[in-house]
Amino acid sequence: MKEFSIEPVMLKDDWRRELRKSMPAKERMTIKRVVMPMEDPVERLKGNFEVNKGLSVFEALQEARRCLDCANPTCIQGCPVGVDIPTFIKYIEAGDFMKSAQVIKQSNLFPAICGRVCPQEVQCEKTCIYYDKLKKEPVAIGYLERFVADYERESGVPYIPETGRKTRIKVAVIGSGPAGLAAAGDLARYGYSVSVYEALHELGGVLRYGIPEFRLPNDIIEFEIENLKKIGVQFYTNIIIGKTLTHNDLKDIGYKAFFIGSGAGLPRFMNIPGENHVGIMSANEYLTRVNLMGAAKQNYDTPVFYGRNVAVIGGGNTAMDSVRTAKRLGAERAMIIYRRSFNEMPARKEEIMHAREEGVEFLNLNEPVEYLADENGRVNRIKLHRMELGEPDASGRRRPFPVRDSEYFLEADLVIVSIGVSPNPLISMHMPELKVTPYGTIEVCGELMKSNVEGFYAGGDIVRGGATVIAAMGDGRKAAHAIHKYLSGS
Amino acid sequence: MHKVVAKQNLGKNVVRIEIEAPLISRKRKPGHFVIVKIGREGERIPLTITKSDTERGTISLIIQIVGVSSHKVAGLNVGDEVTDVVGPLGRPTHIEKVGTVLCAGGGVGIAPLLPIAEAFHQAGNRIVTVLAARTKELVILEKEMRAFSDELLVMTDDGSYGMKGLITEGMEHVIQQEKIHKAVTIGPAIMMKYTSLLTKKYSIPTIASLNTIMVDGTGMCGACRVTVAGQKKFACIDGPEFDAHEVDFDELLIRLAGYKREEKYNYKEFLRGGAPN
Ligand SMILES: Cc1cc2nc3c(=O)[nH]c(=O)nc-3n(C[C@H](O)[C@H](O)[C@H](O)COP(=O)(O)OP(=O)(O)OC[C@H]3O[C@@H](n4cnc5c(N)ncnc54)[C@H](O)[C@@H]3O)c2cc1C
Ligand SMILES: Cc1cc2nc3c(=O)[nH]c(=O)nc-3n(C[C@H](O)[C@H](O)[C@H](O)COP(=O)(O)OP(=O)(O)OC[C@H]3O[C@@H](n4cnc5c(N)ncnc54)[C@H](O)[C@@H]3O)c2cc1C
Ligand code: SF4
Ligand code: SF4
Ligand code: FES
Repeated sequence: MKEFSIEPVMLKDDWRRELRKSMPAKERMTIKRVVMPMEDPVERLKGNFEVNKGLSVFEALQEARRCLDCANPTCIQGCPVGVDIPTFIKYIEAGDFMKSAQVIKQSNLFPAICGRVCPQEVQCEKTCIYYDKLKKEPVAIGYLERFVADYERESGVPYIPETGRKTRIKVAVIGSGPAGLAAAGDLARYGYSVSVYEALHELGGVLRYGIPEFRLPNDIIEFEIENLKKIGVQFYTNIIIGKTLTHNDLKDIGYKAFFIGSGAGLPRFMNIPGENHVGIMSANEYLTRVNLMGAAKQNYDTPVFYGRNVAVIGGGNTAMDSVRTAKRLGAERAMIIYRRSFNEMPARKEEIMHAREEGVEFLNLNEPVEYLADENGRVNRIKLHRMELGEPDASGRRRPFPVRDSEYFLEADLVIVSIGVSPNPLISMHMPELKVTPYGTIEVCGELMKSNVEGFYAGGDIVRGGATVIAAMGDGRKAAHAIHKYLSGS
Repeated sequence: MHKVVAKQNLGKNVVRIEIEAPLISRKRKPGHFVIVKIGREGERIPLTITKSDTERGTISLIIQIVGVSSHKVAGLNVGDEVTDVVGPLGRPTHIEKVGTVLCAGGGVGIAPLLPIAEAFHQAGNRIVTVLAARTKELVILEKEMRAFSDELLVMTDDGSYGMKGLITEGMEHVIQQEKIHKAVTIGPAIMMKYTSLLTKKYSIPTIASLNTIMVDGTGMCGACRVTVAGQKKFACIDGPEFDAHEVDFDELLIRLAGYKREEKYNYKEFLRGGAPN
């Protein structure tokens, strides 16, 4: 079987040296960061189409010129999977977009997804020299990544990585979220016969049921899944491992190794009075109804509430997705209720900005304490108190505490609770021998993503709690590598 | 795909379908349910597995038509395919030999009650069943329940069949005649509320199977949450059966009616557009 490794940095290549010389660094630094073309905030509320329209070729070339092709590219350290950022950007500058896409795909199988959803401002763009040292706006690495990935996809001749010689050794992947898809992709490339088992009726995990169309179009997920099918990955939906089939059944069918990427699907609630009133639901339920079940589309049977005054509790990506969905479904007031301030908000900066443009109200430093309902049991008011920030806590964020006698009431007929998720216990419940932490995440040993049970590897949110798409993908790939080592006895 | 291999009408608006689902049929235990979805636009709805046949690789479902989705499932014919079936879901019923089990079923609840009565019967218990409905033609599965019951009583609100009165009256009648060791109650939330109050009065351990609204059925959405002994539980993974004396039925009642307006509207539209099946 063939090993594939990241190509050595080609700084010394002639074309690259020429390109560097073609424009002095000083001049590169005078170019202003590109602004992502966007749908107009008023227009975009009328539909469910993508907000960011993507860079034009001209804009991409211009932005690529900003990158200094640093001798010590610190940007790479900020990327959880170590994408060779300068090389892919320089290929853009050189006009070879297809080659650029290939470079990214050596470390990141799904750049069209990551270019859209990575929190670049705390990852690659944070460690870009522009931001880190020069105190300027960083190179728009995410936009460029998306640009080449889209270019490649729309070219109609996507680069399908070479696969190793096929073996008949079977590997099972549990869960089709980013962790599972990335693991499946690499395992297929190593030559294994890979099957992905998914509990829901559609593939993609959170990418499908959670993240809305206006941020990540379904076509892109489908395209990536089609590519995996082309390299031989088999997909089975509607199969819950632990219920429909157990891990022992899978062993009996002949699987030799397993990757668990079952995610952190369990919604948390605050357990405050009135939280079970009608019209209060988890962000998972709200987004699943709309994204997976098509509740807001014509002729779809699943219902969803259309709130007039919608309050979303939380400040993460899930909260932003929910509040912006509510706005698109006609809410007059769509509000974020967050107990800290903008500075601590974990959502991607861009999403917060888009939400503000769309007229979402931010009630920061507020916390609900009780929900009240009308005579039909439907929520109609929230009792809140105001918060103040104290000293930083273990997470480094300033700890919020309630302001005394600050209670007040707010009208709301739809409340979406988005305060986090817990690991999905379906697998561990049926595999008592599997070691889990007190939080319910699967314990793995270091970089190998190996659990305490022989042949079982895990990664993504089921290991990290709630994390990111790229971290999940990185885990999937590391696990695939470890599985390959395990199965090939090297 | 899951082909419908048999279909049977069991009364007004009640049908039984048998569908191919070899993997599920092998894993299924009494109390388990599946989530079914018909077509691309379909809704995911929970339905109890009333029977499984591992040799034929099939499971049977009994559906009462109450809205769009149940209408669609019931409209399937032999040879049709069910788009999505996933399961078995939920915790299976804890079956044990206790002596005499009182099975109280009302309305749609009789479908999920059937396999549980069967299992308790097979475990060697004496089964006394009380079925209830508003009127004669709404009494479903009487014949099927009779097969596992040592005694069976039917109650109708209007007295058009069996005894006139509420299900609780029938149950109390039974309880006063013999020692009941365990009760199982499944039906509309309001019925379960009162049957539970009754068995509590007589200190009879009781399980209720909660027919909450569900979406995924795997613990991912929280639509099915109920309060049991003051704690939040998810009916799809922690249930659907719970200690009836600890369930907050008033809350369940309100939550079940949550989408009533939307569902009613959908169904009216659906019927007007002419049922596709
Ligand atoms: C609304 C929302 C928005 C987000 N936005 C961003 C963002 O902008 N950027 C970012 O980086 N991250 C974001 N995240 C976080 C990110 O989506 C997750 O970290 C990532 O999806 C985790 O990937 P995963 O593969 O581990 O799990 P998941 O994506 O959760 O996938 C797990 C899959 O496994 C399936 N499964 C579970 N149990 C079983 C079983 N027993 N048998 C078979 N299948 C099973 C599940 O049905 C699911 O499809 C967001 C999350 C949410 C909810
Ligand atoms: C674990 C479980 C097992 C079930 N087993 C069976 C079964 O074996 N056979 C069967 O016929 N039904 C069963 N049900 C109920 C079934 O899922 C619902 O009848 C179905 O979802 C209704 O969908 P609909 O679109 O046809 O009706 P809807 O349009 O959704 O509802 C029509 C009317 O019924 C009410 N309603 C909605 N959901 C429910 C519910 N879950 N229970 C009672 N009333 C409801 C609504 O308030 C509305 O008034 C079960 C439910 C659960 C949770
Ligand atoms: S994968 Fe994400 S973090 Fe890495 S370079 Fe691409 S956008 Fe940046
Ligand atoms: S740190 Fe910034 S400027 Fe330097 S190579 Fe990376 S992206 Fe280009
Ligand atoms: S149905 Fe979604 S959590 Fe139970």
